[in-house]
Amino acid sequence: MQGNDACTEGALAAGCMLFAGYPITPATEIAEMMARRLPQAGGIYVQGEDELASLGIVLGASAAGWKAMTATSGNGICLMQEEIGYAAMTEIPCVIVDAQRAGPGTGIATKSMQGDVYQVRYGSNSDYSIIALAPSSPQEMFDLTIEAFNYAESYRTPVFILSDEIVSHMRERVTIPTPDKIRLVERKKPDVPPERFVPFRASPDGVPPMPSFGDGYALPVSSFARTETGRPVTDFKNQSQLVQRLWDKIEKHADSIARVETAGLEDAQVAVLSYGSVARAAKDVARQMRLQGKPVASMRLITLWPFPDERVRDLGKRVRAIFVPEMNVGKMAREVERAAGKYAEVISLPKLGVDIHTPAEIQQAVERMFS
Amino acid sequence: MNAKAKDLRLKEEPKHPVLKHFRDDSPGTPHLWCAGCGVGQIWHYTTRAIEELGLDEDKVLWVGGSGCTGRMCTYWHKDFFHTLHGRALSFATGVKLARPEMTVLVHSGDGECVAIGGNHLIHAARRNVDITLIAVNNFNYGMTGGQFSPTTPTSMYTATSPFGNPEEAFNLSALMKEAGATYIARWTTVHARQVINAIKKGIQNKGFSFIEILAQCPTQYGRRNKLGGPVQMMEWLKANSILKEKAEKMTPEELKGKFILGELHSVIKPEFSEYMRAMAAEAAREGEGG
Repeated sequence: MQGNDACTEGALAAGCMLFAGYPITPATEIAEMMARRLPQAGGIYVQGEDELASLGIVLGASAAGWKAMTATSGNGICLMQEEIGYAAMTEIPCVIVDAQRAGPGTGIATKSMQGDVYQVRYGSNSDYSIIALAPSSPQEMFDLTIEAFNYAESYRTPVFILSDEIVSHMRERVTIPTPDKIRLVERKKPDVPPERFVPFRASPDGVPPMPSFGDGYALPVSSFARTETGRPVTDFKNQSQLVQRLWDKIEKHADSIARVETAGLEDAQVAVLSYGSVARAAKDVARQMRLQGKPVASMRLITLWPFPDERVRDLGKRVRAIFVPEMNVGKMAREVERAAGKYAEVISLPKLGVDIHTPAEIQQAVERMFS
Repeated sequence: MNAKAKDLRLKEEPKHPVLKHFRDDSPGTPHLWCAGCGVGQIWHYTTRAIEELGLDEDKVLWVGGSGCTGRMCTYWHKDFFHTLHGRALSFATGVKLARPEMTVLVHSGDGECVAIGGNHLIHAARRNVDITLIAVNNFNYGMTGGQFSPTTPTSMYTATSPFGNPEEAFNLSALMKEAGATYIARWTTVHARQVINAIKKGIQNKGFSFIEILAQCPTQYGRRNKLGGPVQMMEWLKANSILKEKAEKMTPEELKGKFILGELHSVIKPEFSEYMRAMAAEAAREGEGG
């Protein structure tokens, strides 16, 4: 099954009821598949007149109680940025697939790159946090799409599936479990009647319960800075409390959200840290080198944001050097440097798109540590 | 204001009939619109239409974007969706698809719905999604200080057209007819009863309803074009208005610079959310049949 099709199946398994999107390479197959599969599942596919309409429709449907998603590429994310900030501020859950392609600008629509890792994190104005997951196989396109919906519902936040052209178009065997084997999370609803409900009063986990429009809770949804009651404000106290909570509700749960996959940590001297499509080559290099008696560990980031600081710091304490191959100018390498630079040398291995690093390219760099 | 002072103030002032629909924790008292602005009148007319239809207010969602008109929704005491500049119709479409039982009202100014949101405007009309759009046309961007908009008539003065507006104005209702809206009416803030009736008909129309209301903006547009205060501006609106029935017998020269008012268009077409649900039911049956 193709990565994009696996993503569609994952969304359906997660209970997605609405997809709105605008055709764009290399994400289009998700829209095509949704147009066929979603109505069969009782849901609605809408072809937006552009990316702005698409995410707007998704957020409207989500605020009205449906799980909803869109899929696009980096260029489309550019257009959606204002609404991404809106979703973060108003705490409307949504899932956004970014099948990354080579850029900037129109770039190369049919070729891969991992250039959007900052764009999805920092693209909208001012401060907020989001969650981003980086699948590296069609199976993960399925699994992580379900996970993305679960996170969106749990934390009332936009969640990105940061795929790329390679993972989106790759065909591999995908195992789809029976529904009873799939863990689904639904958004928390208020447990008090409307007259006692305070719309943005957070539970201890930092996330307020969320009724839907039409439930009788007189919901004031606006991206103005606000009090807990939803009243717009312009003062420092309310503004800073709100923005801090929007940040903390995700960052303070980084340990449970941030997932990594590791191999060969025990006696490692050197590590290769990667994510997404590039991880396929990177993991292979580490494994091959271990077979040759060279203690090379691999760490694959499954969650890119929030960044798994703790896990990367621990890795830095174990090894002399961390190589970071990625298909961009070396963006996540900076995060690795920030988390682990005090303990290990962080060496960026950038490649500017089109094809992932060959195992030989990575191995050549890593070998230097053993000569 | 402390609680005691607020309490005293409310006791002293007679209660306006629309206040029962007003959110009691709205910022600024009672609202942010300038004295004499037409938006307040339209707020009133909208609540009157809802009252007269006897709608369950918990099922009435007000949607808006930015600008003076975009702020209308934030005073509604039930569910409101204050979205982004230009995107109100997209968000509203999403709500309508997920909760078709809700009445979805969008208030949008001329800058928002025709300039930055123009694409969504024509496509919402084309889809015939069951939304009532109350487009408040005051011929300029009021909140940002009175710049020209796509509905500012040629040669009129605004903050960004100090030598007269070089562009031609959009005829919104004509645009909406071509785009596929199924109910279209145009009135002015002077026509209270007609506006209320049009909003009621718009809500009752199963499809995309476009109600354009020409409104006075004395603070910006009126001041720059020496059109006088609120009353003079309303007189100006009235003096330049011609009912559709009368306009049909006039020549284009005679109609130059005039606003044609009335119920301009009404047809029945399949509604988007109903159509989508029927399609899903059909697809599900086919899916089961293999």
